[in-house]
Amino acid sequence: MSDEDVILDVEHVKKYFPVRRTFLQAVSRQSGGQVHAVDDVSFKVRKGEIFGLAGESGSGKTTFLRTALMLTAPTSGSIKFKGTEISRFNRRQMKKFRTRIQVIFQDPYESVNPRMTVFDIVSEGLYVNNLVKSREDAVQRVTKALSDVEISPPEEFIYRYPHELSGGQRQRVAIARALVLEPELILADEPVSMLDVSIRAEVINVLLSIREKKGISIIMVTHDLALSKDMVDELAIMYVGKLVETGPAVDVVSSPYHPYTHALTAAVPVPDPDAPKIRVLARGEIPTNISPPPGCRFHPRCPFAQEICKNEEPPLVEATPGRKVACHFWKEAHEAFSKGMDAPAGAEIAQ
Amino acid sequence: MTVLSVQNLKMYYKTSAGEVKAVDGLNFDIGEREVLGIAGESGCGKSSLASTLLKLLPSNAEIKEGKIIVEDADLVSMKDSDVRRNVRWTRIALVPQGAMNALNPVFRVGDQIAEAIMAHSNVSKADARAKTETLLKLVGIDPARGRHYPHEFSGGMKQRAMIAMSLALNPKILIADEPTTALDVIVQAGIIRLLLSVKDEFQTGVILISHDLALVAQMSDKTAIMYAGKFVEYGASKEVYKNPLHPYTLGLLGAFADIRKPKEALTSVPGSPPDLIDPPSGCRFNPRCPYAEEVCRTDEPPLVEAFPGHSVACHFWKEIRAQRSQKT
Repeated sequence: MSDEDVILDVEHVKKYFPVRRTFLQAVSRQSGGQVHAVDDVSFKVRKGEIFGLAGESGSGKTTFLRTALMLTAPTSGSIKFKGTEISRFNRRQMKKFRTRIQVIFQDPYESVNPRMTVFDIVSEGLYVNNLVKSREDAVQRVTKALSDVEISPPEEFIYRYPHELSGGQRQRVAIARALVLEPELILADEPVSMLDVSIRAEVINVLLSIREKKGISIIMVTHDLALSKDMVDELAIMYVGKLVETGPAVDVVSSPYHPYTHALTAAVPVPDPDAPKIRVLARGEIPTNISPPPGCRFHPRCPFAQEICKNEEPPLVEATPGRKVACHFWKEAHEAFSKGMDAPAGAEIAQ
Repeated sequence: MTVLSVQNLKMYYKTSAGEVKAVDGLNFDIGEREVLGIAGESGCGKSSLASTLLKLLPSNAEIKEGKIIVEDADLVSMKDSDVRRNVRWTRIALVPQGAMNALNPVFRVGDQIAEAIMAHSNVSKADARAKTETLLKLVGIDPARGRHYPHEFSGGMKQRAMIAMSLALNPKILIADEPTTALDVIVQAGIIRLLLSVKDEFQTGVILISHDLALVAQMSDKTAIMYAGKFVEYGASKEVYKNPLHPYTLGLLGAFADIRKPKEALTSVPGSPPDLIDPPSGCRFNPRCPYAEEVCRTDEPPLVEAFPGHSVACHFWKEIRAQRSQKT
């Protein structure tokens, strides 16, 4: 694919937050340290692509989304939208730009105002951005957006309030609110994790169809690897502020290279009582990103870790065409996984 | 050996709009070391069932009918003071939903566990402390951490501490109500493995309540699919997952992403769960059911044994099964 297809080009983005100093640190004029929420993350999102960002809580997924939306400026690095550097935009430029990247939040019970009608919710962005001349115009565009998210008949829903909608309908209204501004990129923060299983698919299928019909790119933050495989084209696994593995979602999930990705997939339960039981392959828990471990950040939990992992941070490099991994021993790890082993021979497994 | 037997249990909430039929005629048994998974969506009554079994009900709730039998005693007819003294913690214990908020933030974790032990049995403070240490060790927490406060624990550790507390008085039954919500998948796997190992060690029966069908499949010996206050399908997990009979079970399984399978399209169950004040007449699932016919709107299908140890409440389960086997 040519570079013209690239909608969002993220290069070496870092976002650090200062930690408030303790009394002692203040007295001795020491710094309180920094939270390395996003630490040197680079990737590209292409037109019409669904890009998944997966990881545990605290891995920096949501901070990344906020940075990409420029709700908080990156500490360093560049974010280019179709070649234009947006991380240096001033407020006015940003306001004009905002319609082109829209966002869908996790919880449709929180993200839509209960005192506004569906029309008010969806049309608000049109009015804020002076995109409509008349009410008829607004009604028409809202109706169109609602039918794009399969709320039908839209005329009937337009004057309803959120409490009259099901969870799935609410989330689709939230998608319509993003869609009505005709964005080129939608950022979705765990768009179905708060919804009941039975209605998740209706929201997922709407997202897939707007990508299909309108060529809108989507960055989806998720912790659900099984869902990523079904929905996402390109998947990036994030761990303590860094990307540890990227590649086509189906390949990453079904045949991981990084021991962390493997640990994640082994812990996902499957709806089959005869399937092997879920396994815990990473010791302990995710470290804080105030003072992340030196070397590879995963080494204290990793069954493959050796001396070098404690000292040298592995870069994210292309392992096989289209797939990148940040691990000194990915070849050994991948070979072990494909033989059905979770750790190198003789190594101790977490549980 | 059966440790818990529930018979025709009905619990309704009284509201100004009418009675909410949250638990509406449930029957099940649990044996020692057996895990019953109850899967259902929000609002199906699964958490109400947990509160009913513990008789921890709000004042507007009423157990209308039925029996909850634990070691020959019926909790429904038992006085509240007796339930508190002789049942809760000692016979039935709860691993609550959202352990994050279940611990008191201003007391040390170890003290909270010791307090539960002393409140429900006649032991000295020193014995309670010693027991607490053993329990913490058992759930994989360094006993020294007992001196720490909840905010010094991670989410997974808080849930482990809650499991330790629930086991403190050797209960016969553990009720785990969404024990892993808000936990990351690797931490969740650790908690699930811990629950499975402690139930063997303590010989308890476990009721696992979850909306996650995969979690239920991996943990449970028996599975019940709950919809609108009732079981629509109930049986050995192997049967329910390998040979699902109820259209709702089929719908849920079709909506669920399975990590082992190649990329697949997911399907939804259209509509939303019914209002339990005025549930649909006939089968409660009929407005959402792709197979519904006239009889489904008028007659409620009873839960009948379709195969040995596998029950379903659907008028057309045979037809649906035949139709599906033709397709494949």
